[in-house]
Amino acid sequence: MTPFAYARATTLDDAVTMGAGDRTMFLGGGTNLVDLMRERLAQPDRLIDVSALPAAIAETGDGALMIGAAVRNTALAEHPLVRSRYPMLSRAILAGASAQIRNMATVGGNLLQRTRCTYFYDAEGSRCNKREPGAGCDARDGFNRIHAVLGASDACVATHPSDMCVALSALDAVVHVAGPQGHRTLPLVDLHRLPGDRPDRDTVLTPGELVTAVELPPLRFGANSTYRKVRDRSSYAFALVSVAAAVEMAGDRIGDVRIAFGGVAHKPWRALTAEAMLRGGPATAQAFLAAGQAEFADAQPLRDNGFKPALATRTLAAVLGALTTGDAA
Amino acid sequence: MSLIVNETEVALPADPRVSLLDHLREGLQLTGTKKGCNQGACGACTVLVDGERILSCLALAVQYAGRRVTTIEGIATGDALHPLQQAFIDHDGFQCGYCTPGQICSAIGMVAEVRRGVPSVLSDDLSAGIELTRQEVQERMSGNLCRCGAHNGIIDAIREAIGTGADA
Repeated sequence: MTPFAYARATTLDDAVTMGAGDRTMFLGGGTNLVDLMRERLAQPDRLIDVSALPAAIAETGDGALMIGAAVRNTALAEHPLVRSRYPMLSRAILAGASAQIRNMATVGGNLLQRTRCTYFYDAEGSRCNKREPGAGCDARDGFNRIHAVLGASDACVATHPSDMCVALSALDAVVHVAGPQGHRTLPLVDLHRLPGDRPDRDTVLTPGELVTAVELPPLRFGANSTYRKVRDRSSYAFALVSVAAAVEMAGDRIGDVRIAFGGVAHKPWRALTAEAMLRGGPATAQAFLAAGQAEFADAQPLRDNGFKPALATRTLAAVLGALTTGDAA
Repeated sequence: MSLIVNETEVALPADPRVSLLDHLREGLQLTGTKKGCNQGACGACTVLVDGERILSCLALAVQYAGRRVTTIEGIATGDALHPLQQAFIDHDGFQCGYCTPGQICSAIGMVAEVRRGVPSVLSDDLSAGIELTRQEVQERMSGNLCRCGAHNGIIDAIREAIGTGADA
């Protein structure tokens, strides 16, 4: 690691003030950033520890749930209201990392974690536009089994690694941000960028901005939701593909639905095309598969990840089948 | 600033780059905690902080000022082994032993999580009671690798120790 100065923020205002300098980064649980620093992929001069800021999960007056950015992953997954109202979120978190990492990692840090593309991490041996803009991308023609099939660019085919964010995307979560220019909110689906020609920029946050909270709006049918993750081993692995979905039936038809995919793009992929096709339609395997196929109609598979559109589509069909027959666990 | 390791107040390192793992091993000579991958993939460095299991390799020591750290050196009572230590011996829950301190600290943390009702990805009902089947222990201990392949003995040891009332 390169040398840095460390300071712990005790209030939000302090954190924003302290975080304003150049080459300053905020530190949450450290499960990604400490590793990035050790690999010299992150070289901050100052580290502002925000992991001790208030970490509350509280209901708001309008039925939303406000989750402090310093809340640990385990605390969010085990919260009674998350388990009962947003089970897809509990399940997404519990499908990620290991118990030790979930005990350390914060909600804010989960949002801002970086890709696990092996070429991004291989600073000595590989070219990477995310690490060094303009250098080139060795993943595009390399071993790209884990890489993106939707929304990628010539410059970058990395995926966003978070499970939590896939559920947050499906749940229309709102991200609260504080920075030198004040507070703002933005939909989680707008936080992460597609790579375009600037894959070094993972999110739309500007320098000095700090995620302070994630707000979950009420979802009438959130209780009928789940998360399914497909991976190369059954635990402690990143997703090949994953699906977060919630369904409300209206008689024997789909009244409303929320769907997001993980492991397929540079950001959690909210499946608006599939949702629109399914809404008001029949709850049949045929309809589920057609919706998945439509969502992946523009997929651009690479050498090693051509299985992803079909795998994601079948996983979607399985999840929707379970949610529409009341057997979602 | 200081932290508390195995009930003793100790100084923090002056350099903020020092991980909790390196501080334990090299600063405090508590070498029971092991460095495996040093990147959060193997679990050998697992310790308990305020009773919760974490990876000390991904923890900057300064970040844990004022917290209570328990390492493998702190879990026995005098010469009386912690029930999980005895169970690991009884069930051959190790060969080379390198992952064992992390396995045992992780299992202690896991028991606390189970008693608190923390669900797992295997839970059919997220709010139901937890039965620690072999599969459930495998899932909850998946962050601790054993390259000797002693996992079956490890799972046997943990399940037996829990059955006989082991706790943190």
